[in-house]
Amino acid sequence: MSKSNAPLIEVRDLVKNFGPVIALNGVSLSVNAGEVLCLLGDNGAGKSTLIKTLSGVHKPSQGDFLVDGEKIAFESPRDALNAGIATVYQDLAMIPLMSITRNFFMGREPLKRVGPLKFMDMGFADKVAREEMVRIGIDIRNPQQAVGTLSGGERQCVAIARAVYFGAKVLILDEPTSALGVRQTSMVLKYIFQVRQKGLGVIFITHNVRHAHAVGDRFTVLNRGKTLGTYAKSEIELDDLQNLMAGGRELQDLSAELSGTV
Amino acid sequence: MSAEVKSDERLGQESTLRHLLSKPEFGALAGTILVFLFFGMTAQGSGMFAADGILNWTTVSAQLMILAVGAALLMISGEFDLSLGSMIGFAGMMIAIPTIYFGVPVWLSVVLAFAGALGIGFLNGLIVVRTGLPSFIVTLASLFILRGLTIALSILFANRTIVGGVREAAEGTFVGWLFGGKVGGAFFVFLAEQGIINKLPNGAPSVPGIPMVIVWAVVIAILAGIVLSRTHYGNWIFASGGDAKAARNVGVPVNAVKISMFMLTAFCATVYAACQVFEFGSAAADRGLLKEFEAIIAAVIGGCLLTGGYGSVIGACLGALIFGVVQIGILFTGINNDWFRVFLGVMLLFAVLFNNFVRRRVTGER
Ligand SMILES: Nc1ncnc2c1ncn2[C@@H]1O[C@H](COP(=O)(O)OP(=O)(O)O)[C@@H](O)[C@H]1O
Ligand SMILES: [Mg+2]
Repeated sequence: MSKSNAPLIEVRDLVKNFGPVIALNGVSLSVNAGEVLCLLGDNGAGKSTLIKTLSGVHKPSQGDFLVDGEKIAFESPRDALNAGIATVYQDLAMIPLMSITRNFFMGREPLKRVGPLKFMDMGFADKVAREEMVRIGIDIRNPQQAVGTLSGGERQCVAIARAVYFGAKVLILDEPTSALGVRQTSMVLKYIFQVRQKGLGVIFITHNVRHAHAVGDRFTVLNRGKTLGTYAKSEIELDDLQNLMAGGRELQDLSAELSGTV
Repeated sequence: MSAEVKSDERLGQESTLRHLLSKPEFGALAGTILVFLFFGMTAQGSGMFAADGILNWTTVSAQLMILAVGAALLMISGEFDLSLGSMIGFAGMMIAIPTIYFGVPVWLSVVLAFAGALGIGFLNGLIVVRTGLPSFIVTLASLFILRGLTIALSILFANRTIVGGVREAAEGTFVGWLFGGKVGGAFFVFLAEQGIINKLPNGAPSVPGIPMVIVWAVVIAILAGIVLSRTHYGNWIFASGGDAKAARNVGVPVNAVKISMFMLTAFCATVYAACQVFEFGSAAADRGLLKEFEAIIAAVIGGCLLTGGYGSVIGACLGALIFGVVQIGILFTGINNDWFRVFLGVMLLFAVLFNNFVRRRVTGER
């Protein structure tokens, strides 16, 4: 890990505009080595936009982005991957027509030299894709099979296995368990735990309080493009977490409202 | 963590047929077999399967193959190039006019023609990726611009739209041989001596050698096939056409890939043009008319999806072969040539329906 005690990733007062739309309006967060940061917030709060900025898809409009304590500006997702930041996007970034192996290594193809030429090492790629899928609890019949033939949950597992395989420093997961069954979900949570033990930093977005509480060390709450605050696990109860998920007090108000009407 | 692999009962159950069906070139392979069976029966004794007959349809297929391979790779990367045919006319004139009217050495004209074509391919690609407009529209514009330019510039510089005399200018030069020459002459003399192939009345073998256009087709097909299926760049080509956004999110340089594929089709068009110019000894402003459609049809018959992300080089080659065999076979069997178009249309329709079916199988759509 980095010699200094600087966080693996830190952003300060990050702003992201899409033309007139202000998706992020002053977001600050940090992730340390060996820590799981849960990113909470309602739909449209800007969580996906934030992690896409961290993974090089979007460029921030304003604000600082530091990796290992040094300012950085990613030109493309490739730069982020090279810096050891791997992401499971909410829409997975999987191509249905391509095989599992080709998807798994898309953009990061393993090469083997033959004389002066370099070819894609298909044998190695198939082997790794299959092994990594087994590790996540899915025995794919054939790594050459198109991703389109997999179920939603299986696709999600391919995306997660891929990010875990390539994430050397930070793993970012945007609602990774939304399409998963019980068994795969617990597998993913175990994974997050393991990755953390290895000293990586994890950013985990979920709408499930119990999942967040089970693996999270700290919780950063996002509301309408702004960070409301960051709480350590010791500071917070499951119930409060539930409220924070919805981006503040709204849920309590709602339950008060409901109990009022009943 | 339980890393133990239980042998899945569903594993290894995939039948050979299902495996074959999931290959893009399956339809084209079946089509090729059918076409050969058909002409094998109907064109018997017509000379279609004698040495010179074989050379005839092989040459026609090879010419189209050069274009189809380029079109297929571009289509797999998610784009079209409708200016392919116009590019052929343009590149031909770029070779002929400087050579004949400005005394530029033949080799230099050829180099300039390739450079110009690659530049135009680059521009096509750049406009498409920068504007996000469908390549269909952008290259439709290039189709007219290039064809118009070819005719206008030909008249401006040469005062005609057919420029001859290139054969004489290229006599004995390396480039003349590279595009218009033949290889294996001695081998065919030997075959004729052995009585394996026929001799012409003057004693020369009925086939004087393999035209370089066939060599080009084979070399381009092999290289493109290797790049597409065996290199990381091939993976990027599939990814760019399969879903450009997803590909970008994992770091594939989609724009560069697409632009390079536009340059590849321009390159293929120029190879085709050069082979024609040095074979006929002339360039004409209307060369390559409608070739863009033939190339796209061959690629689609070969299993490429119009929507991108799926296809193969071998399929495109088989598509071109079917095209050539039917075109020439119809001449040999004396079937009215109008039937060629009917056949082509029907074939295309079947290919698209079949590809659609395959796509649904592959992507699991219902
Ligand atoms: N590419 C884009 N162009 C314009 N607006 C966008 C874009 N991406 C996201 N937004 C907007 O930014 C806001 C935050 O979206 P998002 O980050 O997806 O929220 P979340 O993931 O928290 O549900 C939304 O209002 C959305 O419409
Ligand atoms: Mg989201």
